[in-house]
Amino acid sequence: MSDSIDTIEAGVIGLLAHRVPADTKVTAETRIMSDLGLDSVAVLDFIQDVEDRFDLSIPLERVAEVQTVGELCAAVQTLKGAAR
Amino acid sequence: MALLSKFDDMRAALQALAAGGRNPFDVRFEKISSATEGVLEGRPCLLFGTNNYLGLTFDESCIAASAGALRAGGTGTTGSRIANGTYGDHVVLEHRIAEFYGKRAAMIFTTGYQANLGLLSTLAGRDDQLLIDADSHASIYDACKLGSAEVIRFRHNDAGDLARRLARLEGRPGNRIIVTEGIFSMLGDSGALREIAAVKREMGATLIVDEAHSMGTRGRRGRGVCEDSGVESDVDFVVGTFSKSLGAIGGFVVSDLPDFDLLRIACRPYMFTASLPPAVVASVIAALSRISTDASLGERVRSNSGKLYRALAQGGFAVGPEPNAIVALKMPDKETAVRFWNRLLDQGVYTNLALPPATPGSLSLIRCSISAAHSEAQIESAIATMIAVGRELGILGAEPKKTPAPVVDRVLA
Repeated sequence: MSDSIDTIEAGVIGLLAHRVPADTKVTAETRIMSDLGLDSVAVLDFIQDVEDRFDLSIPLERVAEVQTVGELCAAVQTLKGAAR
Repeated sequence: MALLSKFDDMRAALQALAAGGRNPFDVRFEKISSATEGVLEGRPCLLFGTNNYLGLTFDESCIAASAGALRAGGTGTTGSRIANGTYGDHVVLEHRIAEFYGKRAAMIFTTGYQANLGLLSTLAGRDDQLLIDADSHASIYDACKLGSAEVIRFRHNDAGDLARRLARLEGRPGNRIIVTEGIFSMLGDSGALREIAAVKREMGATLIVDEAHSMGTRGRRGRGVCEDSGVESDVDFVVGTFSKSLGAIGGFVVSDLPDFDLLRIACRPYMFTASLPPAVVASVIAALSRISTDASLGERVRSNSGKLYRALAQGGFAVGPEPNAIVALKMPDKETAVRFWNRLLDQGVYTNLALPPATPGSLSLIRCSISAAHSEAQIESAIATMIAVGRELGILGAEPKKTPAPVVDRVLA
């Protein structure tokens, strides 16, 4: 059974929690770089956590299109679907 | 909206950095006196941040060859090889560099950056996949952007992660191309080439290794970490530079690939830029001859690197994982790194300040590069100064001691 977008979002936000201050509120609308203050390399390292969690690879050109947590979750869902 | 407003964050970051003393991106030497000494702010300083690993920038045979070629061949080629013609020494250098690596063919580029840009963007087509080490140099990332292949980043030096990512591609069409480095430029750690080559063999892929920082500094014959690791036959392309160990400028790719020369008419960063000028080509040919015939250069840079690395580690610094010609000191934070770097310059020691996002793991680093040309006294003075500044800034946790007289007074007097 494929992961629902809610499951993916919960997973992604859980992983992001390790990389931002404890009291940071993260939602689907949160912009990963500009709202959370992560630099470009820190974002790529976070993406690797996401890849491990969902057992997929997100190509860099796809990462470049992603700005918000919600967009990242949608990319994960699409790639998970494509892998089946 | 102002045209450059997109760089407002950068402007603010630069102003904050410069407020710490100097602008680290605009260090202006009044003079470079030798491979290891320069003049900065009116005072002599020791060079521990120039990547001049074998000290060949002032080698007499290289200078003589270069000066002769300048007289004989003029100041520049004024065009690209495909449009405006190849000079005889371009071909000689390609033969020599291929011979040095024991490969069939070579292509030379105008810079090392362009060598990566050219090879990766040309080799990897639309249906192919590039798998690059996460800590790859900017030229590798930029090459990926220039090309049309899918780009996947694997965890730094993690052959298991690479294997998992290759496995995920099973059943997909296209060539898999793995890209990694001999020595990584920030922490000075070696590529896990044995493990990565094993994955390449097992899963089927093309392997490219960038030996920019390891040519001349590693391997019995100076052929880098591929040679040291015994994987040369597994490596399909070696990329490198003439600007570090060989003391000039330019880049190269060597390979045994049949039809390698076909790349010359497909590779845009090779085709649409001016070729290397005669004086540079001649000095590189001379430098290659030097490193091919004088094993002591490699031995000296390794010995000097080991001394600096061990002394700084024993002194209490957090250093990179292994001694190489790049020794990185991990600073507790960005502000301390800026202060440390400025204090070293005050004391006449030039190093590199490396800050996130240019560093792995968001580390703030003082990056030193070591040369075969550094004397024992210069190495010892740099160590003493770094330890003294480390104590002064409370990094080493020892009793602060009086900073010794500037290094240059002790070494150059």
